[in-house]
Amino acid sequence: MYTEQVMDHFMHPRNVGEIEDPSGVGEVGNAKCGDIMKIYIKVENNVIVDVKFQTFGCGAAIATSSRATEMVMGKTIEEALAVTNKQVMESLGGLPPVKHHCSVLAEEALHAAIADYKARHPEA
Amino acid sequence: MGIYMDNAATTRVTEPVLEAMLPYLTEHFGNPSSVHGYGRDAKRALDAARREVAAALGAKPSEIYFTGCGTEADNWAIRGAAYAKKEKGRHIITSAIEHHAVLHTCEQLEKEGFEVTYLPVDEYGLVSAESVAAAIRPDTVLVTIMAANNEIGTIEPIQEIGAIAHEKGVLFHTDAVQAVGHVAFDLANMPIDMLSLSGHKLHAPKGIGALYIRSGLHIQPFMRGGAQERSQRAGTENLASIVALGKAITLATEHMEENAKKVSALRDRLIKGILETIPDVRLNGHPEKRLPGNVNVCFRYIEGESLLLSLDLKGIAGSSGSACTSGSLDPSHVLLAIGLPHEIAHGSLRLSLSEENTEEEVDFTIASLQEIVARLRAMSPLWPENRKNDR
Ligand SMILES: Cc1ncc(COP(=O)(O)O)c(C=O)c1O
Ligand code: FES
Repeated sequence: MYTEQVMDHFMHPRNVGEIEDPSGVGEVGNAKCGDIMKIYIKVENNVIVDVKFQTFGCGAAIATSSRATEMVMGKTIEEALAVTNKQVMESLGGLPPVKHHCSVLAEEALHAAIADYKARHPEA
Repeated sequence: MGIYMDNAATTRVTEPVLEAMLPYLTEHFGNPSSVHGYGRDAKRALDAARREVAAALGAKPSEIYFTGCGTEADNWAIRGAAYAKKEKGRHIITSAIEHHAVLHTCEQLEKEGFEVTYLPVDEYGLVSAESVAAAIRPDTVLVTIMAANNEIGTIEPIQEIGAIAHEKGVLFHTDAVQAVGHVAFDLANMPIDMLSLSGHKLHAPKGIGALYIRSGLHIQPFMRGGAQERSQRAGTENLASIVALGKAITLATEHMEENAKKVSALRDRLIKGILETIPDVRLNGHPEKRLPGNVNVCFRYIEGESLLLSLDLKGIAGSSGSACTSGSLDPSHVLLAIGLPHEIAHGSLRLSLSEENTEEEVDFTIASLQEIVARLRAMSPLWPENRKNDR
C-alpha cells in the first residue's frame, strides 16, 4: 500500500526530535483522524537552519513529516512556505487516496511553526 | 515464515480440511440438485456436511442452512425475522458493539420504518441481561446480541439474554461467528432461535457460512431463486466449501478443550508479557470472559497503523481499531463503546492467536513490541518525556 520511499522515511525518519531553543514551534491536530504533529524550527537570517519534528500518527503521517522537514531544511521562510503537501507526496512516489489527508499535517505544522516564529520575532 | 496473529480476521485452511474439500471441485463436481449419479454423489456430501455442522452445535440437520458467508447469515436472520414478524411489531434490540454485518443491517431496517435500540456495554464490553429486559417493549420482535466480540474478545451472557427474550416471547438471534469452534454450543438446550457462523474463522475457506434456524420458526427467505436449502436460501450450493466447513467444525469441536487450553495459555503469556514489560498499556475486553485467542491492548501515545506497519516489517501480522486503519477515519466503534477516548483507541492492537502459534512466537512478539513501542513513543509529541520542555 505504501511506496518504498514512504517505508524508508517511516523506518528511518529524518530530523526526529526537538530543538532546545527553537525560533518557532507549531503543533497541529488532524481534523480528520485526530493525529498530531509538532514541528520545531531554528531560523537565522530568514533561513531555516534546523528543523525537527515529532508525530503521533500513521505511517503516512510519519513519512510525510520526515520528508517535509528534509525539503525545507536550508530554505528561506518564503521558500519553505511555498512547499505544498502535494509536492511532499509526489516526492515520496505518492500516497493512497485515503491517506492524502495525512500529508496535510506536515504542511499545517510547518506553517504554524513559521507563524509562531513571526509572532515571536516581529522585527524579522 | 511469518508470525500470523490475525486469526480473528481469517484463519489458514488446514491440510485435513483442504484434503476433504478438494475432491468436490474435481471428481465429485456434480450439482446436488441433479438427478444423475454425479448429482446424487454431491447431495450425499451435502447432507453429510449438514449433519456434521448440526452435530457440532447440538442441533438437528434440518435446522442448518448454508449461506455465502457470516455476513449473509446475519443479514438473513435479522431481516428475515423482522419482515416475518412485522405485523406483531417493528422494534429490534441489539448492542453498540456488534459487527457491521449486524449494525448496518439494523440501520437499513431503521430506514424501512423499524425501530432499533442499541444497548450500551460496560467497560469490559459486556451487555447486561438486565438492560435487555428493560429495553423489551410490547412491539419488540427480535433481540440480536453477538456470542463473542470480534475486536476485544468479550464473551457475552447469551444464555441469560436468550432466556429473558424467550420469557417475553421475543426471538433471539446471536452472531456467533467468532465463538463457534472455540466455545461449546448445545443449541437444543439453549434459548437461541437463530445463530450465524462463518467458515473462515475456523480453518475452512472464506465465502461459506451457515445460519441455524430453530425448527418451527419461519423467517422470510433472503436469496430468492431455486429450491436449494429447502427453498429458504436459493443458489447452487458451494459444495466444496460446505464439505470443508463440515470437516473444520468437526475438528474444532473434537479438539475444543485441548485447543482452548493451549491457546489461552499462549494468550495469557502474551498479555502478561506486554503488560509487565511495557508501561502505559491497557488490556481491552474482559480479563476472564474472553475468547481463548484474543489479545487486545492499547499503547498510549502511539498510533495503531504505525504499530502494525512496524510489526509487519518484523513478519508479525496483527490488526488495529485505530482510525488510520479503519478507512472511515473513526476509531473502532467497539473501543469507543467501552468508553475509551479517541486518542487511546487510536493506539489499539489486536493479536488473535490460534493453536498453530507457539511460545517462541509469543516471546518474539513481546520483544518486538518493546522495541517498536519505544521507537514510536520517542517520536511522539504526546509522550511525556517529549513534553518536558514545553513552554
Ligand atoms: C462477529 C462477526 N460477525 C460477522 C462477520 C462476517 O463474517 P464473513 O466474513 O464470513 O462475512 C465477522 C467476520 O468478519 C465477525 O467477526
Ligand atoms: S494522519 Fe491520521 S490517518 Fe494518517
